[in-house]
Amino acid sequence: MSLTSDDIARIANLARLALNPEESERMLTQINGFFDMVEKIRAVDTTGVEPLAHPMATIQEITLRLREDLASEPNHREANQRNAPAIERGLFLVPKVIE
Amino acid sequence: MTHNNTELHDLTVAQLAANLRDRKVSAVEAATHFLARAKKHATLGAFLALDEDVTLAQARAADVTLAASPAGQTPSLLGVPLAHKDIFVTKDFVTTAGSKMLTGYRSPFDATVVAKLAHEGVVTLGKLNCDEFAMGSANENSAFGPVQNPWNITRTPGGSSGGSAAAVAARLAPAATGTDTGGSIRQPASFCGITGIKPTYGRASRYGMVAFASSLDQAGPMARTAEDCALLLSAMCGPDADRDSTSLDIPAEDFSVSLNAPIEGLRIGIPAEFFGEGLAPDVRAAVDAALAEYQKLGAKLVPIVLPRTELSIPVYYVIAPAEASSNLSRFDGVKFGHRADQYTDLIDMYKKTRAEGFGDEVKRRIMIGAYVLSHGYYDAYYLQAQKIRRMIADDFQQAFKVCDVIAGPVAPTVAWKLGDKSEDPLASYLADIFTLPGSLAGLPGMSIPVGFGAGHMPVGMQLIGNYSQEAKLLNVAHRFQQATDWHAAKPEGF
Amino acid sequence: MNAFVETTNLARASIKSPLVMGYEVVIGFETHAQLSTRSKIFSRAPTAFGAEPNTQACAVDLALPGTLPVMNKGAVERAIQFGLAIGAHIAPKSIFARKNYFYPDLPKGYQISQFEIPVVQGGEIEFFLGEQKMSVRLERAHLEEDAGKSLHEDFIGQTGIDLNRAGTPLLEIVTMPDMRSSAEAVAYAKELHKIVTWIGICDGNMQEGSFRCDANVSVRKPGEPLGTRREVKNLNSFKFMQQAIDYEVRWQIEQIEDGIAIQQATVLFNPDTGETRAMRTKEDAADYRYFPDPDLPPLVIADEWVQRVRAEMTELPRVMAQRFVNDYALSEYDATALTQSREMATYFESAAKACGQPKLASNWIMGEVSRRLNADELSIAACPVNAATLAALIGRIADATISNNAAKQVFDAIWNGEGCDVDALIEAKGLKQMNDSGELEAIVDSVLAANPKNVEEYRSGNAKALNALVGQIMKGSKGKANPQQVNDLLKAKLG
Repeated sequence: MSLTSDDIARIANLARLALNPEESERMLTQINGFFDMVEKIRAVDTTGVEPLAHPMATIQEITLRLREDLASEPNHREANQRNAPAIERGLFLVPKVIE
Repeated sequence: MTHNNTELHDLTVAQLAANLRDRKVSAVEAATHFLARAKKHATLGAFLALDEDVTLAQARAADVTLAASPAGQTPSLLGVPLAHKDIFVTKDFVTTAGSKMLTGYRSPFDATVVAKLAHEGVVTLGKLNCDEFAMGSANENSAFGPVQNPWNITRTPGGSSGGSAAAVAARLAPAATGTDTGGSIRQPASFCGITGIKPTYGRASRYGMVAFASSLDQAGPMARTAEDCALLLSAMCGPDADRDSTSLDIPAEDFSVSLNAPIEGLRIGIPAEFFGEGLAPDVRAAVDAALAEYQKLGAKLVPIVLPRTELSIPVYYVIAPAEASSNLSRFDGVKFGHRADQYTDLIDMYKKTRAEGFGDEVKRRIMIGAYVLSHGYYDAYYLQAQKIRRMIADDFQQAFKVCDVIAGPVAPTVAWKLGDKSEDPLASYLADIFTLPGSLAGLPGMSIPVGFGAGHMPVGMQLIGNYSQEAKLLNVAHRFQQATDWHAAKPEGF
Repeated sequence: MNAFVETTNLARASIKSPLVMGYEVVIGFETHAQLSTRSKIFSRAPTAFGAEPNTQACAVDLALPGTLPVMNKGAVERAIQFGLAIGAHIAPKSIFARKNYFYPDLPKGYQISQFEIPVVQGGEIEFFLGEQKMSVRLERAHLEEDAGKSLHEDFIGQTGIDLNRAGTPLLEIVTMPDMRSSAEAVAYAKELHKIVTWIGICDGNMQEGSFRCDANVSVRKPGEPLGTRREVKNLNSFKFMQQAIDYEVRWQIEQIEDGIAIQQATVLFNPDTGETRAMRTKEDAADYRYFPDPDLPPLVIADEWVQRVRAEMTELPRVMAQRFVNDYALSEYDATALTQSREMATYFESAAKACGQPKLASNWIMGEVSRRLNADELSIAACPVNAATLAALIGRIADATISNNAAKQVFDAIWNGEGCDVDALIEAKGLKQMNDSGELEAIVDSVLAANPKNVEEYRSGNAKALNALVGQIMKGSKGKANPQQVNDLLKAKLG
């Protein structure tokens, strides 16, 4: 299985990463080399095997814990927005979103 | 009464705590001492953030409590200085996770592990360098410069907890926290000749750890002895049901209680796959010698197989990047972190922000991760990898039927030269072969120093236990450290 | 959703689809209902509407580094309630998955949702479209988190993001493409709205965005395979819903007639222009890279929990309507109208039980009461005439103390705040029906004597001539005559 530069462009777009032509080229080579190594997992017969989500599920059932429906988080807007690149009137500002 | 300062940094955490308790040294004196050392050895690149005012304020508070505590009732870590890997968010220090993306980031909350240690009275020395978002095995992927191995400053300390390992080895801190996803505590511990432990997945809370691979990340202590690790791990572990849904319901445990238990009759499993061709002879020699020592202590060596050891590399490098690619999507320049200065529209803002904020290795893993999750590839890669993961975990369960702990090398070689593997990321992936299987299975694993290899570089031995067997691992490690003194060796110039 | 294999809804196989310009319309709905929990689905921030921007967005909601989700039991409980209400299967084990895409109102860069294994599977919803009973199959309902809000108006070239709404629990309710007309779609949406508000899992406030509908619309010639569908998003009022779907249907038909194939797209309805318009297409929008969220183990719902919820569940509207038909001899239509909301049904049943006249109570509520409520834009909860008072009023009609007309006057008086003691008002207004037959007979005789012509006409077969006589008698009795008695007397005297 070999990726093309179209694949690199498509994935970079999905991941919202800007890659210049030289970076794309290097990425293509490195990722193809990587997938050569990864190919061997496809040959493994995993019939009847359930995927392992939580490692402890190997020996016991791990289920989702549920918490009581209580609104106990107070308003910490100032602290939470301390690191924001752009704020106005409490709103996070971004370049205009066109629907 | 003050202690002889030139030996202060040679004390273990246990010894330091005792001295603090007995008022032979004050928390302020201890903190001041280590802060000076950090400054003196800044070229190691171990620290990313230091703030004297904050540290000394914490130390002063600890001294007040120490003075007020009735003798013999002091919490065991009160006043002990410790530094945190910069993957843990802290209110009082900037957190960068080794990335430009988080330059100057101030978290409004502390990581649970940080809060738990603070509750025990630990004094924070600062934040330690690491590979960007914990992705790497040599601490060469940090946006803020590499870390040097104190044993040989032209060599890597390992990664991703390279700053933590270097700081402890160079005695810039008596202990440090690290995180381990594919070996990032065990391998740097091995490369720097210190002791480190990664607990069972879910035993220490992940809340406040900047996420890399959610189903693999775990926090753990790095120090110079198993005894120290036991003290620290006991404070770090415990259920966090309120904040971490993957945290286990296993109650907090005092891992020090059984440190001295005898190990006669201990069955040590030796995986054939860990001692194959790829293992460097100097590493093999040191590990073999350690195993011989264990036999002298009454342990029995039992041959076992972990047949999918090699498969663990592609399996891990499908699962971890996949989870990381999703975990890192929150870095978009909107709510926090870096935002590009120039952009034409929203999408351009995203792309430039992330291109500027992330380093090459991170970008690579995001690309790999996005690919293996993408439409048409999910079944063949991600799902398949999670299935093989279960088979690997089952292999360990089979092995633990005939042994109590598993032992082997941590890495195929000693620490390599800085820059050696940085052009070939794949080469460093392959070097993770011995730590990845335990990570995938979520088993607790330790690294203890067992000698020296080529270039007088430290060699570590790995101990892997079954789920929730941290106490046993620490006991097995401690007995070795009582009979040998590799853990006491110190790099020259520190 | 992925490529769809069409299956038949047997419950409506005999109902013919109305055609539009020769085309059959196929509609499926996706509704996002905000669940009425106090806190968010994965964090403990409050969900109350209308707070200052970002004052209800905690660290978890903002996706600050190191934060993790923790599941709200109340959201799961409400999903179970919904599943039981529509006869669906509650999955004993369901999985949360990450839906990955970038958008400023999506802080994590992914939405936690459910993909392959949702919590509620199957189910059906029945409702009336006019006189015809319809049935729509549900494919699934799953839990997920809401995104934040984008505010464009106040900023030039920029958008302001408010993440208060981010993390509010949603139940996404997806139907099979069973609907065949815009009218049916609206009727379905109204029934669904009734159900979720009735069982109390959603406040149904469409203006506040608590109940948001998207319609998947396609057309085809009868007998042909399903056409390509377009998704009409954010239909947030019943008023515009039908208009939007009708426009979209006509637009698609016109395209096809012009030889242009329909492209799959998401469209927005503009209430000002009455048109639907495709949104800017997002490249690769379809590749969400779903995978099970490693931060959330599988959700396990034990049967004991389901049974407990079932036992505690309030009587459902359909069940209650059937009970009204059985116990109170009401028509299915009337019973459905009375169970349009829990408040209305409760009002009816209290009144009916108190006065023992369910048919009269039903007539009054569906007639006078509803008329006045609509005119004054009040809900039944704010009705100035409470159920007990209405019952008392109906009782006085039933025992012939007052006529129907007089009752309307009393009703008006109570509505306008003149008091709620029925008997006192009857007394004060002198509305007591004349029941003294002697007095009445005297009036009847005098009217008959004064109107020989009408008597003549009536006797020669003109039944309408009676009305004038009745009118005179009522006038003579100042409206207090018992109409039934008047009729009886006239019939007796005139033959």
